[in-house]
Amino acid sequence: MTSPADTEEAATKPNYLKMLLADPLAFIAAIVLLVVAFIAVFGRQLAGPTATQGDLALSRLAPFSTDHGWQYFLGGDLLGRSLLGRLMVATQTTMSVSVPVVLISLVIGASVGMWAGYHRGWRETLAMRIADVVLSFPSLLMAVVVLYIFSPSIASIIAILAVTRIPVYLRTARAESAELQSRVFVDAARTFGTPSGAIIRRHIFPIVLPTLLTVATLDFCYVMLAESSLSFLGIGVQPPDVSWGLMVAQGRDQLRTQWWLSVLPGLAIVITTVSANLLASWVRLATDPGQRWRLTTPRRRRRRRAVPVLEA
Amino acid sequence: MTDIGMKVDGLTVDLHTPRGTVRAVDGVSFTAHRGRTLALLGESGCGKSMTAQAVVGLLEPIAEVTGGSIDIDGEDLLTVSRKRRRQLAGPALSIVFQDALTALNPVVKVGVQLAEPYRIHRKMSAKAARAEAIELMRHVGIPEPESRADSYPHQFSGGMRQRLLIAMAVALSPKVLIADEPTTALDVTVQAQILALLARLRKEHDMAVILITHDLSVVAEEADTVAVMYSGRIVETGPVDQVFEDPRHPYTRGLLESVPVDAERGADLSSIPGSPPDLFSIPPGCPYQARCPLVMDVCRTSRPALVKTGDRAVACHAASASGSEGVSHAA
Amino acid sequence: MLTFLRRRALTSLLPLLAVVLGVFVLARLTGNPAALYLPENATAEAREQFSAANGFDKPIWAQLIDYFAGVARLDFGTSLRTGEDAATMALRAFPATLQLAVVTMVLAIAVAIVVGCWAALRPNGLADRVSGMLSMTAASVPDFWLAILGIWVFAIILGVLPTSGVDAGGASWVLPIAVLMVRPAGVLTQVVRGAMISALGSPYVKVARAKGASEGRVVARHALKNAAPPALTVAGDLAVGLINGAVVVESIFGWPGIGKLMIDAILQRDFAVLQAAVALTAISIFVLNIAIDIGYALLDARVRNKAGAAA
Ligand SMILES: Nc1ncnc2c1ncn2[C@@H]1O[C@H](COP(=O)(O)OP(=O)(O)OP(=O)(O)O)[C@@H](O)[C@H]1O
Ligand code: SF4
Ligand SMILES: [Mg+2]
Repeated sequence: MTSPADTEEAATKPNYLKMLLADPLAFIAAIVLLVVAFIAVFGRQLAGPTATQGDLALSRLAPFSTDHGWQYFLGGDLLGRSLLGRLMVATQTTMSVSVPVVLISLVIGASVGMWAGYHRGWRETLAMRIADVVLSFPSLLMAVVVLYIFSPSIASIIAILAVTRIPVYLRTARAESAELQSRVFVDAARTFGTPSGAIIRRHIFPIVLPTLLTVATLDFCYVMLAESSLSFLGIGVQPPDVSWGLMVAQGRDQLRTQWWLSVLPGLAIVITTVSANLLASWVRLATDPGQRWRLTTPRRRRRRRAVPVLEA
Repeated sequence: MTDIGMKVDGLTVDLHTPRGTVRAVDGVSFTAHRGRTLALLGESGCGKSMTAQAVVGLLEPIAEVTGGSIDIDGEDLLTVSRKRRRQLAGPALSIVFQDALTALNPVVKVGVQLAEPYRIHRKMSAKAARAEAIELMRHVGIPEPESRADSYPHQFSGGMRQRLLIAMAVALSPKVLIADEPTTALDVTVQAQILALLARLRKEHDMAVILITHDLSVVAEEADTVAVMYSGRIVETGPVDQVFEDPRHPYTRGLLESVPVDAERGADLSSIPGSPPDLFSIPPGCPYQARCPLVMDVCRTSRPALVKTGDRAVACHAASASGSEGVSHAA
Repeated sequence: MLTFLRRRALTSLLPLLAVVLGVFVLARLTGNPAALYLPENATAEAREQFSAANGFDKPIWAQLIDYFAGVARLDFGTSLRTGEDAATMALRAFPATLQLAVVTMVLAIAVAIVVGCWAALRPNGLADRVSGMLSMTAASVPDFWLAILGIWVFAIILGVLPTSGVDAGGASWVLPIAVLMVRPAGVLTQVVRGAMISALGSPYVKVARAKGASEGRVVARHALKNAAPPALTVAGDLAVGLINGAVVVESIFGWPGIGKLMIDAILQRDFAVLQAAVALTAISIFVLNIAIDIGYALLDARVRNKAGAAA
């Protein structure tokens, strides 16, 4: 697999791990996201039975005490279930909606976008028109109608959210691939008779990928917020499943007496989305050769120069 | 001797770039006389625009003036208050940029833009200022100024836009007018018209014009005095006819020799072999050493000072060693 | 100018048609649209009766014609709950949402201009940090949680604001608007900041400074005028997106607007009302898009001329 070109590239390739370590904020964000991912996978087992079977003796238990085991550190709900445990289970639901949505819309949007941008002409016009129509309508409204007609299930939530997000990737991929298809190396491949699918795969996809990944990181926040909004409104994830947005809604009536039931699940959302946002802006800088110096220059000196550089 | 319009002395500009701080303008001095044209000549990147922007106080945030003085009528522009500087911008000192399309505000009617100097400095009413603006448009040769005043910049041709920009700059009859490559973006016939317009306005308003260019024929035809810049420094200066007749700095000589005698206007200065050092690696001693046919050992260690001889001055070890009227100096 | 508007109106009409048609197609995809209108426990007999009464047993193209004729007359049937005309209910709820949206957008634009300009003039200054925080909040804090937090802090702990409703006069506006504002203000501040930074670095601003223009004049007469068109476009998109927030905010604060009507209609399975509310929203988005285009053309002469030339 290792060709001379590969090794040469490795030598000049920036050391992303080192750059990440040098930026404390982005580093913490990455750690947080790793923890969230870990909980999404193993949370249910870790939380154990306290998340689903309440101990009525512990009903309305106040948070921030470990007297009843670490699961009850964030207190208990009306039925005496541990809030922390339920949060961990909810992580799984939230991620099992958000991750598929991002992946599906990324794959479909990027493929159609690259295809449209590569061929230009009516294919491009058609794809962009459809994307415009989808984007010009509030996504929540679309979801509301669809979820009414096809009762809310995890699958229908994923489907409708994916449809509303596809245009985002489609536009990005189309713009870059339309620019690339006119370049010399693509022309060269075309004159050798390489089929268009192969040209897109080999020459266009690798160049468009970093931008798409940045967009996906940002979009992940958007999708998480959309899912939790739907669940909060009662038209998303349905009990007995539980997601962060649904937990905020369920705790709402107890706000006067047990604020933590509503406030803490919301905090979980915020911590995750802030981390994803921070990491996304770091990725954007790190993958842009023209901006990378901002990450390698010491902070104090960076300040003064955080002004636009004029063209000579 | 004519009146002095502006006297720049030891102007120095540092650039704080991501890669470190470099000196883009290094101790530049010149004097501009009213009613005359001083040409600032040099290859691309030698710091001509940077000098102009430092003089008018419009440097980018990464650039900083670290030394020198700019004197107009006894006031040093570098030490006066911001407010005073704004008061001087227009009546005392004005500038014309190269690219008139971007230098005019795309979403403001040209009549309003031209009226602005009168609104700001003479506190005129919108109506009176508009009348002045129309007069000004007529003055610089825009046909049908009354109706054209309500047009937007994109509705004018390149030459007309440059006229508008010049009109705006001369609105308040400034003592000093800096024109930074005012004709580079235009085709040859329009260039000649614009230069003729500048010459006419210079006489009518008795302005000191500083003409920035890398076009030798423009210097020869339009300028009274020339200052040749290289790597952020002035290497030779003097009356145009004398300097062109008898260039003393090897760089000036190279420039003149590289242009065929019957060269068309617009010939470039790029024909000397090699290229100027980049700002990060200006060598000690003379900046021209890498390209100079006369380079000596002393050139690599000691920086040649600008030595004055009568009306002329030159910064070269070879030139001063050959003893132009025996002015000695400490290297 | 007129050709420009006509073309833009046609392109804006497309989403409107797509939504109206989409609702029709989706409803037929379920097999029996009557099921959507009736309670889940309705008898098969009742469903058949309802189908016949509403023409759901006719061929699909006849249904389509009926449907579009109904939409054109703003006739969506009657509410299952109240028996009232669905369109009337939607129209009654509309002003409450409009008021909320207009006040929110006006305030958001004001905040964005002040903070965005100030941040552009002083990079890394206080305003720049505020603008960064605003946009971070806008992008990562769910609005429903912000609302809950607001209720908890200001209504429950401090007791200075009502928890919901519109009866407390000015005080009832504070939390809904504050929550609804975060997103448009955050995004718009960044747009204004970016557009102002590029405008302030442009040659025409240098020329204005060379004319002796004061900082205030440079910002107000030159830079802002150029920053306005891009900001306006984004503001239009944000206003459309505001309906997302309105659904959430109205149902939390019991605001009697179109968003609350929609959510209530869903939770009570009242399809006629939902359809009326969605259609009315789609129509107002259409109108808004046209208004934005007119504003854009008025702000930038280049758009006017280009559109005229292309025609
Ligand atoms: N933002 C910047 N960052 C780094 N270097 C810069 C920047 N702006 C200007 N420079 C450098 O400063 C030097 C002087 O630039 P200046 O624009 O004054 O040149 P010039 O003589 O006007 O050239 P031209 O004939 O091309 O206009 C150049 O070497 C240029 O590369
Ligand atoms: S100082 Fe030396 S290197 Fe420089 S121009 Fe004169 S002779 Fe050439
Ligand atoms: Mg220049």
